[in-house]
Amino acid sequence: MQENIPSPLAGEGRVRGKLTLIDVKNAVKTYETGETSFNALDGVSLSINRGEFVAIMGASGSGKSTFMNMLGCLDKPTSGSYFLDGIDVMKLNSDELSHLRNEKLGFVFQGFNLISRTSALENVKMPMIYKGIEHPERIKKAKETLKIVGLENRENHFPNQMSGGQQQRVAIARAIVNDAPIILADEPTGNLDTKTSAEIMDFFVRLNEVSNKTIVLVTHETEIAQYAKRVVRFKDGKIISDEAKR
Amino acid sequence: MIELMSTFKIALRSLKVNKMRSILTSLGIIIGVSAVIIMLSVGEGAKSKISKDIASIGSNLLLVMSGSTTAGGVRMGGGTTPTLTLEDAKAILKECPSILEVAPVVAEVKQLVFSNQNWSTSVYGVTSGYLDINDWTVQSGREITDEDNQNATKVTVLGDTVVTNLFGDLDPIGKTIRIAGSPFKVVGILNPKGQTSMGQDRDDTALIPLSTAQKKLFGTAFPGTVKFISVQAKSTDELDSAQEEIEALLRERHNIGKNKDDDFTIRNFTQMLETIKQATNTMTLLLGSIASVSLLVGGIGIMNIMLVSVTERTKEIGIRMAIGAKAMDIRIQFLIEALLLSLAGGLIGVIIGISCSSAIGMFSGLTIVISPFSIILSFGFSGLVGIGFGFYPAYKASLLNPIDALRYE
Repeated sequence: MQENIPSPLAGEGRVRGKLTLIDVKNAVKTYETGETSFNALDGVSLSINRGEFVAIMGASGSGKSTFMNMLGCLDKPTSGSYFLDGIDVMKLNSDELSHLRNEKLGFVFQGFNLISRTSALENVKMPMIYKGIEHPERIKKAKETLKIVGLENRENHFPNQMSGGQQQRVAIARAIVNDAPIILADEPTGNLDTKTSAEIMDFFVRLNEVSNKTIVLVTHETEIAQYAKRVVRFKDGKIISDEAKR
Repeated sequence: MIELMSTFKIALRSLKVNKMRSILTSLGIIIGVSAVIIMLSVGEGAKSKISKDIASIGSNLLLVMSGSTTAGGVRMGGGTTPTLTLEDAKAILKECPSILEVAPVVAEVKQLVFSNQNWSTSVYGVTSGYLDINDWTVQSGREITDEDNQNATKVTVLGDTVVTNLFGDLDPIGKTIRIAGSPFKVVGILNPKGQTSMGQDRDDTALIPLSTAQKKLFGTAFPGTVKFISVQAKSTDELDSAQEEIEALLRERHNIGKNKDDDFTIRNFTQMLETIKQATNTMTLLLGSIASVSLLVGGIGIMNIMLVSVTERTKEIGIRMAIGAKAMDIRIQFLIEALLLSLAGGLIGVIIGISCSSAIGMFSGLTIVISPFSIILSFGFSGLVGIGFGFYPAYKASLLNPIDALRYE
């Protein structure tokens, strides 16, 4: 069904391979603080299939952020295993991790994390620069992607000239511009009002359903988690519940 | 690693974002580079001026002067006792194998009068070899000849300054002037030769035959003596042997005992100017080094700003790393920023340096030589400074942990 939609977001449907995209087994992350050591993740196992929309919930300090950093290949667990699209993340060095993030992952942060004093278009182009896509192609793709998030007339605006919702949409455009199969969203609506939050969440739902993106969303708000198809709850570095919805 | 052009654009964009800061940072390099160029231009100019002077006094010259007198224990200056004679000059040419030509000279300051104009100048009694030895030529008319000397004719060849002051726009050839009251016919005009490195106007002179000067013009208590003898050695290498030969010959001719001082002095002008040239070289090097220090300080300024920039943009670095920038990409981005700052500064510095040097040359009258070497040197050095001082901040940026960098506020 997805293959019929003529959208640049629909590319993922064509490379459908193995079903399991994210496979974490028995991940432990230990932080040493002086004499005491502390397990931020304490034997977490989770597998996420292609096309899933997962919300990760938990109080602060529950280990959900550590888990997200691990999923995002920004950090490696102390022990355990993590396979991302069949690639053994534990064996990669930092440059290989950068490459993997560039290819497979799109990040959407709570604080938008756009590069300041740099136009929306430039922000969206950035992942393609590091992927090594040629200049004319880069501009074309960035413009198309900005159009998808409805910001075609904001190309040359700087982040501080845009509303929170618009900034977050630029961030989403940046996350999807490289056709990464997975989008990791860390409290994407944390800084937005209710109405804008709903708009952004609708957008994630569309990305999931129409473009078949795998979305992992961290939130502490139950209303936001409602948009996901599966909710995983963390407490004290462990998964305490994992339930499918709808 | 991503393509260099993209990194270049990223770097250029970040510099544009902080325009004022970029300009101020480059200022250090701008001042350094222009200072180096100006210093080297002035130094090179001085050197070329001295080289010209060496050429203008004639090559391979020695000057033999009458020695000093000692009167009651008070030693007078060189040339106070006329001990040199025309015969000495002839003997030098005949007996010293290293010598090509001699020119004995008598000189006194006399008043020149033409019509209602008068001018005081150094009148030189010379032989026919004088102009050759001094690498000098006449502009019009003729030189003092051997015939003039044999007949002690009353003719004169005038320097450019004298012509200007006595004749103005008139053609002096064939006119008669009075030197200390005696009538002399002007037979030639010398080509302008300019000043010596000591600021003496070489064109302020009138040449007359040596014999005429000795017999008819300069009353002297020591007839037949000359003031000095210009001696030309066969080559620069033979200057030293020529000096030794003359010394030995004159000591013998003047009957100077073994333990007595010479009654003459030999000066080696070429050597003197070479020494000045070396001193100027040292001075240029010194000034250049001092200017380079300011270039170095400019480099430290770049490093300082780049370190601030890395800290300030920690979050940006984190974002870039999260979306796929490798350590090398970050390193090169900041290195290129530093390099752009220094090269842009270097380029502006070159332009300012060249303009300032030219302006100095125009307004102060100093000889200025802007050598391509000084431009390449200072510009290249500014690039090296950029890479050298940009490396540490860039390296520091690339070592950041993306999680910490993203969390940085």
